[in-house]
Amino acid sequence: MSEVIVITSGKGGVGKTTTTANVGTGLAKLDKKVVLIDTDIGLRNLDVVMGLENRIVYNLVDVVEGNCRYKQALIKDKTYSNLFLLPSAQTKDKSSVSPEQMKKLVDELKKEFDYIILDCPAGIEQGFKNAIAAADRALIVTTPEVSAIRDADRIIGLLEANDIKKIDLIVNRIRMDMVNRGEMMSIEDVVEILAIDLIGAVPDDENIVISTNQGQPLVGDSSLAGKAYFNICKRVLGEEVEFLDLNESGFFKKLSKLFKKAN
Amino acid sequence: MGLFDLFNKKKSSGDYAKDRLKLLLVSDRANCSPDIMEQIKNDIIEVISRYMEIDASGLDIQITQTESEGGHGSVPALYANIPIKDLKSKTVK
Repeated sequence: MSEVIVITSGKGGVGKTTTTANVGTGLAKLDKKVVLIDTDIGLRNLDVVMGLENRIVYNLVDVVEGNCRYKQALIKDKTYSNLFLLPSAQTKDKSSVSPEQMKKLVDELKKEFDYIILDCPAGIEQGFKNAIAAADRALIVTTPEVSAIRDADRIIGLLEANDIKKIDLIVNRIRMDMVNRGEMMSIEDVVEILAIDLIGAVPDDENIVISTNQGQPLVGDSSLAGKAYFNICKRVLGEEVEFLDLNESGFFKKLSKLFKKAN
Repeated sequence: MGLFDLFNKKKSSGDYAKDRLKLLLVSDRANCSPDIMEQIKNDIIEVISRYMEIDASGLDIQITQTESEGGHGSVPALYANIPIKDLKSKTVK
């Protein structure tokens, strides 16, 4: 049985593409056959985050328009032979694809893959409608900011109206040092406000920037963000994994070490 | 910052964000456009004015969150602050 997951947020720049890359790579690491689809037509990004930008021949619009078979457009990952990317088109616009066409494509992919992960564009227009059309479940990415949470709430409403039953929350870019000072909403605050299940929280970790620079997702490595993403992947598979203590990160860690030394 | 604030523990920006967001989402979820709120306001003025003289310019209505009496958490509520100018000027006939 394959599962179709859409990764969405409403607001731009909260980490949808990074999350797609890491969740997809993590699931491949856990021996699942995975395909990532970049549905952001006109603003292609997932290929760069995956480090596969030089291998693109055909794209999503080519497949949908019948210029090629989908197997010709799929790009195999550098590290995992069970992970593939279907890149988006850079020169077309969002109306080049319809929700029906997406459904048809995803139905075909279901025959071959365990997980089909759709990287949704920001906004609630055509691109969003295309991305959610074929989805069984959704991962909502938000940051602990008023604007991002407001948009996430709207997205949750739209997903529910479109009959997507399973909706989980990822709180991204949390800074525990700020939460502890009361200058940032906590993970609990965000979960309480949005009232959906939490599937993971990812700290604001500079390793994410480094991994994006290198085009190599960090899921499963020793960094705090790498661990957090890998735990999310395991929870996607239905495993029960305890939530990480994000307090051991950055400034707060240094500060607490300092206090320990002083005592 | 007023003198009062000196004696009051300053609210952290995280709490401030949470409170703002809660209010914002109530009106977002209620899907109440400013047009509809204006209509509700005008209707309230019309009805109350039949019985007493009110200060229409000082009238304030908004949708907020309030604790439910049954103890089922918070529920949306329509809050209206209607300043009365004169109770007796318009008696019910």
